[in-house]
Amino acid sequence: MDLRFLIQLAIIGFTFFMLINASALLVLAERKIMGFMQQRYGPYLVGPHGLLQPLADILKLLMKEELRPKGADKWLFTLAPILSVTAAFAAFATVPWGAETTLFGLLDEPVSLGVADINVGVLVVFAITSMGVYGIVLAGWSSNSKYSLFGGLRAAAQMISYELSYATALSAVILLAGSLSLREVVDGQAGTWLGFIPRWYVFLQPVGFIIYMIAGVAETNRAPFDFPEAEQELVAGYNTEYSSVRFALFPQAEYINMTTMSAVATDLYLGGWHGPFLPPEYGWIWFLVKIGAILFTYIWVRWTLPRYRYDQLMQFGWKWLFPASVLNLIVTAALVLYLNA
Amino acid sequence: MPETLIFWGLSGMAILASALVIGQRNPMYSVLMLIASFGALAGLYIQLDAPFVAVAQIIIYAGAIMVLFLFVVMLLNAPQEDAADWDRTHPLRQRGVMRFGALLALLLVLQLTWALLRVNGVDVPVAAQGDPDAVGSVRALGRILFTDYVFAFEATSILILVAMVGAVVLARREGDR
Repeated sequence: MDLRFLIQLAIIGFTFFMLINASALLVLAERKIMGFMQQRYGPYLVGPHGLLQPLADILKLLMKEELRPKGADKWLFTLAPILSVTAAFAAFATVPWGAETTLFGLLDEPVSLGVADINVGVLVVFAITSMGVYGIVLAGWSSNSKYSLFGGLRAAAQMISYELSYATALSAVILLAGSLSLREVVDGQAGTWLGFIPRWYVFLQPVGFIIYMIAGVAETNRAPFDFPEAEQELVAGYNTEYSSVRFALFPQAEYINMTTMSAVATDLYLGGWHGPFLPPEYGWIWFLVKIGAILFTYIWVRWTLPRYRYDQLMQFGWKWLFPASVLNLIVTAALVLYLNA
Repeated sequence: MPETLIFWGLSGMAILASALVIGQRNPMYSVLMLIASFGALAGLYIQLDAPFVAVAQIIIYAGAIMVLFLFVVMLLNAPQEDAADWDRTHPLRQRGVMRFGALLALLLVLQLTWALLRVNGVDVPVAAQGDPDAVGSVRALGRILFTDYVFAFEATSILILVAMVGAVVLARREGDR
């Protein structure tokens, strides 16, 4: 076993560990920011300023009884949350989160920060994310409850509708970068224009970025597009019948999906680990800052905007967002062709 | 050696899952087995050094089309396949129709056997890992699709569009706007 192999394994383990931490931290962040926006303190009692609240939440959920409705499908009811969380973790596999590094001279050859670097990385993220729908849909179906079924149906329709805009917005960036590898897309954003504007694709693709973010909110089932769980109409939607650890896996999958979505947005639009002031060795700090900013926006949007109506969601998705993303793609393609010719 | 093992594992999984699609009565499980079979196929494509085809398989078939299948099965909410009387008088279950179907199936088997027997004589270009012009690479695939096979490509897309418009026209009830 050589050192390089061990380091690669360590990086994979570290990424996994950080994703788990991200979901825990996001639970806390969500409650803290919600409290701040509603002029309350949020969780405050467990640990300093409520910092240990996620641990308390997890312990509470672990102690709960696992219930399964009588008419539920035994296998699929158990499989659904596992599928959800597996897809969420797996989607991060091709997302790089730092420049190639020798770990401060420990290695002879630089090693890349990220689980795997393959030449169709963007598509792999997209493929695995689209597998995550099955977790929610199956949870809704297997519970044998009308609220769950409606949640599952809505999730299927919503995710299919917004996946289109999401993928079309992505393709415009791929056209600009000329590569499907996330690492190469990030490397295409190094340097600056006129000495002070960073060469991030967000400045070339403002419309695409906005479409990506909106579709991203719908893809992760967050408010104002949280129809699969819409509390006021569907009790809790697809996870109505779930309890204990099985229930806990769904929010965990949602928070990890949010993290992946923000990480991909950072890589595609915000220049990944490139940024001023810091040497490339410390680029991951920029990456964390950018992810944090996007995640804060996610939470901010959730606690600021009310939920849409379901028909409004479909109208908006098909009649505005999708045509806009196609137009964006066509214009980008024409410009790339014109400027490269 | 490990590659061979993975190949046998994946192909076994693909065949088993495909058999289970028609082998059991719950339509929900049929859909899931079909997804599992597509997943195994995607694995085989990766072994053939065609990651793009593998990912496209997952995105299009397992990710989009099967969600629609699942959607329909959920809307019908039929836990068991119906085998009621009306099912036996269904126009597709008459003797002549079934004979025609069997004939088509036989033809398909013959075609497949013929194609498989021919494979040995054909040179299969070996793709090198990481080579931008390798057979399975996105660049090469795109170039071929939009030069040599552009007619077939565009004809297929128009065919799909026609099918889609047709479905909308057929599904629209009389009296709708």
